[in-house]
Amino acid sequence: MPVAASAIYFLNLRGDVLINRLYRDDVGGNMVDAFRMHIMQTKELGTCPVRQIGGCSFFYMRISNVYIVIVVSSNANVACAFKFVVEAVSLFKSYFGGSFDEDAIRNNFVLIYELLDEIMDFGYPQNLSPEILKLYITQEGVRSPFSSKPSDKPVPNATLQVTGAVGWRRDKKNEVFLDIVESVNLLMSSKGSVLRCDVTGKILMKCFLSGMPDLKLGLNDKIGLEKESQIKSRPIKSGKTIELDDVTFHQCVNLTRFNSEKTVSFVPPDGEFELMKYRITEGVNLPFRVLPTIKELGRTRMEVNVKVKSVFGPKMFALGVVIKVPVPKQTAKTSFQVTSGRAKYNAAIDCLVWKIRKFPGQTEPTMSAEVELISTMGEKKSWTRPPIQMEFQVPMFTASGLRVRFLKVWEKSGYNTVEWVRYITKAGSYEIRC
Amino acid sequence: MTVGKDVSSLFTDVVNCMQTENLELKKLVYLYLINYAKSQPDLAILAVNTFVKDSQDPNPLIRALAVRTMGCIRVDKITEYLCDPLQRCLKDDDPYVRKTAAICVAKLYDINAELVEDRGFLESLKDLISDNNPMVVANAVAALAEIQENSSRPIFEITSHTLSKLLTALNECTEWGQVFILDALSKYKAADAREAENIVERVTPRLQHANCAVVLSAVKMILQQMELITSTDVVRNLCKKMAPPLVTLLSAEPEIQYVALRNINLIVQRRPTILAHEIKVFFCKYNDPIYVKMEKLEIMIKLASDRNIDQVLLEFKEYATEVDVDFVRKAVRAIGRCAIKLERAAERCISVLLELIKIKVNYVVQEAIIVIKDIFRRYPNTYESIIATLCESLDTLDEPEAKASMIWIIGEYAERIDNADELLESFLEGFPEEPPQVQLQLLTATVKLFLKKPTEGPQQMIQVVLNNATVETDNPDLRDRAYIYWRLLSTDPEAAKDVVLAEKPVITDDSNQLDPSLLDELLANIATLSSVYHKPPDAFVTRVKTTVQRTEDDDYPDGSESAESSAHVGDVITSPQASSSSVPAAARQADPAPAPAPVPDLLGDLMGLDNNAIVPVDQPSEPAGPPLPVLLPASTGQGLQISAQLIRRDGQIFYSLLFENNSPVALDGFMIQFNKNSFGLAAAGPLQVPQMQPGTSAGTLLPMVLFQNLSTGPPNALLQVAVKNSQQPVWYFNDKISLLAFFTEDGKMERANFLETWRSLPDSNEVSKDFPGAVVSNVETILDRMAASNLFFIAKRKHANQDVFYFSAKIPRGIPFLIELTLVVGVPGVKCAIKTPSPEMAPLFFEALETILKS
Repeated sequence: MPVAASAIYFLNLRGDVLINRLYRDDVGGNMVDAFRMHIMQTKELGTCPVRQIGGCSFFYMRISNVYIVIVVSSNANVACAFKFVVEAVSLFKSYFGGSFDEDAIRNNFVLIYELLDEIMDFGYPQNLSPEILKLYITQEGVRSPFSSKPSDKPVPNATLQVTGAVGWRRDKKNEVFLDIVESVNLLMSSKGSVLRCDVTGKILMKCFLSGMPDLKLGLNDKIGLEKESQIKSRPIKSGKTIELDDVTFHQCVNLTRFNSEKTVSFVPPDGEFELMKYRITEGVNLPFRVLPTIKELGRTRMEVNVKVKSVFGPKMFALGVVIKVPVPKQTAKTSFQVTSGRAKYNAAIDCLVWKIRKFPGQTEPTMSAEVELISTMGEKKSWTRPPIQMEFQVPMFTASGLRVRFLKVWEKSGYNTVEWVRYITKAGSYEIRC
Repeated sequence: MTVGKDVSSLFTDVVNCMQTENLELKKLVYLYLINYAKSQPDLAILAVNTFVKDSQDPNPLIRALAVRTMGCIRVDKITEYLCDPLQRCLKDDDPYVRKTAAICVAKLYDINAELVEDRGFLESLKDLISDNNPMVVANAVAALAEIQENSSRPIFEITSHTLSKLLTALNECTEWGQVFILDALSKYKAADAREAENIVERVTPRLQHANCAVVLSAVKMILQQMELITSTDVVRNLCKKMAPPLVTLLSAEPEIQYVALRNINLIVQRRPTILAHEIKVFFCKYNDPIYVKMEKLEIMIKLASDRNIDQVLLEFKEYATEVDVDFVRKAVRAIGRCAIKLERAAERCISVLLELIKIKVNYVVQEAIIVIKDIFRRYPNTYESIIATLCESLDTLDEPEAKASMIWIIGEYAERIDNADELLESFLEGFPEEPPQVQLQLLTATVKLFLKKPTEGPQQMIQVVLNNATVETDNPDLRDRAYIYWRLLSTDPEAAKDVVLAEKPVITDDSNQLDPSLLDELLANIATLSSVYHKPPDAFVTRVKTTVQRTEDDDYPDGSESAESSAHVGDVITSPQASSSSVPAAARQADPAPAPAPVPDLLGDLMGLDNNAIVPVDQPSEPAGPPLPVLLPASTGQGLQISAQLIRRDGQIFYSLLFENNSPVALDGFMIQFNKNSFGLAAAGPLQVPQMQPGTSAGTLLPMVLFQNLSTGPPNALLQVAVKNSQQPVWYFNDKISLLAFFTEDGKMERANFLETWRSLPDSNEVSKDFPGAVVSNVETILDRMAASNLFFIAKRKHANQDVFYFSAKIPRGIPFLIELTLVVGVPGVKCAIKTPSPEMAPLFFEALETILKS
């Protein structure tokens, strides 16, 4: 049964109900007490997001300082339920102007009730697209500084758009913004071999196009290029091609067509949306190499040397680079020498934190630190070393090598469009064991 | 919506605002109606007019809102008025209204199925499948699928025609609509391999969808159809296509990852090839939540092969040094399971385990020893060289399972361990204090040692152990095993050798492997709760259809029942088989003196009733009160009828049962079992029912204990009972727990104490209820009746023309109830308010009170 929820509760960290909505009669109103007693107030919290108590099942997620709990008593579709929560939160965020927390909920009771009524009916998710809902649920989120003035009357064809697959548009600027955002995940062993490395990327699109244009996106991916050359019976142009392990597309992309012709064609909805997500494991360009040497000198002293090498082009630079090197809990004193940026010891996370605001390509700054430890009594259990973690952003660089080759726009009136493309690579979980 | 405050008293005022022009206000009024219509069913009718009017409003948003809200108001009187507007809205011009109306049919079916069928809504709903708007189609499919699930008749059967229509609609639907349609279609059975291939071809593009629910539903459908596809090429190709989307699910939110991993666990059991090359993606990230790590580990074990084992072992070793103890243990165990699964890798696994033992982290060592025992079982006589290393950690073992494993190893290889007798002896000192698991292993190991080295030392040891395990223990398992060994050893030591040292069957790693038929069922439920719990849906969905039970009650009205049962009592007296028990029963009935319960006063009975002393438990109890309610009618019990009720006698709870054998055979060997329940009720002793000849009946009082097998969740009255006998299958029936049996004799409170308790409890602990039908015509009788049920009178006061009574009561574990009854003598309507530290008991309490008031 694709039912996703019988009831949904929003709780704060203490377990007070902020707001709730019952969609079905099969769960009692006091169910949330059971959740509080058997999950929130026990160690079970966080051990498993799907739990059964009595005849009911609970799915819960924590978003900032709010627990969102879904209760069902049937064999519900859990995947659907969690996805619904994720989408609902992003819908709320778009109404509240970006934040979703206890205060935002308290300030927007009426709006949330109205939205909850609209996005789910009898436990079945309905339309959750913010652009369409904003056509006829025009209340302003209280904390939203950006929202435009609500129009006085609902747009006459609002209901058609809710049920249609694609929304209509009214813009006339004819601009398209494409953001390619990649996050690199790396797990490197202490010996320097790559255990696991992949890139998850997404293409975010912001459209200001009038009419109902047909768009076609071309990337430098291998399969797409091969197919294209087959059709045009022309050899593949030289240049780097990449192999996408998997792609998923936004609702608006014609999947059948992608399957047969390998082209990404779509009629974009208005505003900002995530056009596609992809995953790549082969041929990833790692932007940074981290070379740590950590020596434990006796029981009370440690020597940490970390060299970080940037391996992207010399004209590019990374921003907001943070390297976190874990040290034992009983660290007492640290001293640093760095060739670039700043380093300090953060006792709250037991890490040496080295920050470099601007990190040019093809350079290799180093940090060497001496760590003095308080000698502990008797405990001879060796220190288990958590991995070194790294954060960064590299603009105009894609770890996968993905490039947008073209974005074609067809519209009856044949207007010209301006396309803007940006690339950025961020660190996902970038871990180096040491 | 009001943070727990009851605002139902404002009902009329709120309904007055309903006709407002302001859409936001209207929505709030509607929301109020959904929440409070049930508590004010009579007033809810006031809203109907506006609903009907709104359902014809020119604004489609209002039309839809009206029909959506009406469906959520579960008041019978309103339901009838819903039909006409619903009929209209199903044919509305606006698709938004139609899609709302489609779901509303499912709502109505849930309230009143007959009405839906009579008014032809099902046909209208089926027409909507051909609607030109995809969202209407999707909602209609969802509604029909749900109705089908709750109905035994075929309502929504997918033909090849609807199938292709729905597959076409799939392209245009919203993401959620795609989920509804795919879930409904996954029940379709393709006629042959070709049709299956066609379906799969049209579904595969969905694997590229950004919504994880769409992907999982598509995977479910593809896996279902793959069973029919014979061409290995096609199957291989499909497996290749499914892998990347499944892997992509692992970059979603951790909760979604968890759902995906539980499902992948099922998928790799059926089709291991799909993810055979993707093991790296299941490597744990340092910051993964623990539930994700645990599931990843499980899948890594399933995917481990000779090709990737080196990499996998390196990972496991890394995990074994992490912080979370449960995860570390699981990682160590995983190494052992890989050793058992992959023969060629066993040696490498063992060397990793030995390295881990050298770290000397206590729980790692213990876990390692447990898995090494399994490895020894799997590869006997291969790796004994490591025993010496294991023995070094002997002193650090404190967990029963690890200890038992180590002892097993010592016993099994006693001949190769020079100081095996010393090692075992060190354990023997604390024999009586050890947990049963360890005692059993110690016993066996000592016997093995003795058989292998029949020297003086072991001989003394075995005396000590056998003595300990037979004379000084209460554990029947241990005692039985010890006696068997003892007899074996004393009659024929050679035979003992054959038995105890016999070659053991080789074990395999089949833990966490599901039974194929269960796996099939779970795969058909991918993405649902069932696939996350790895349990079939009926194992946790407790929604029972009430209609069936109602008809049973009608068939056996109480009046005829009591006549029947008294006739049976006559039978008992005359029938020679049962005479020994029935005669004293009759005698006792005549004599009021020993009326207090038979069981607690067993000793006294022993004096008075000499040789029949054992029997009183079996006495029919029906003369004590009204006839017992029939729980298992003879028609369902193949002639066996069971009536039963919980009663209280002399401060103890009994289950009073009456069996009537209307079957053609004699029944004996009765046993009873209670399922987990909110009060943890369980039988305190075995059920004592004599053999029952056809046509006889027997009653018994079964003493009960509390808090034995507690179920979790809020308290409810359900008591599930299973009764079996040697001739028939097991009978299951449900009983309702009445709190009346729980009110203890010490529930009386002093007035001051009462006042203080009342004040100390917060107002949120006060629950009240009206009994509009109850009449109290005589105060004395009601006070007596209450007192008889251990509800103790405290005080009385006048308030206007009403009388207010205060009572106190107590249930086990010392939970007090403070009770306030407001009533006017002779006038219908009693209001009851109670205060108690556990307000969740209130509904049960009110039920009990109602029985007292109405009896």
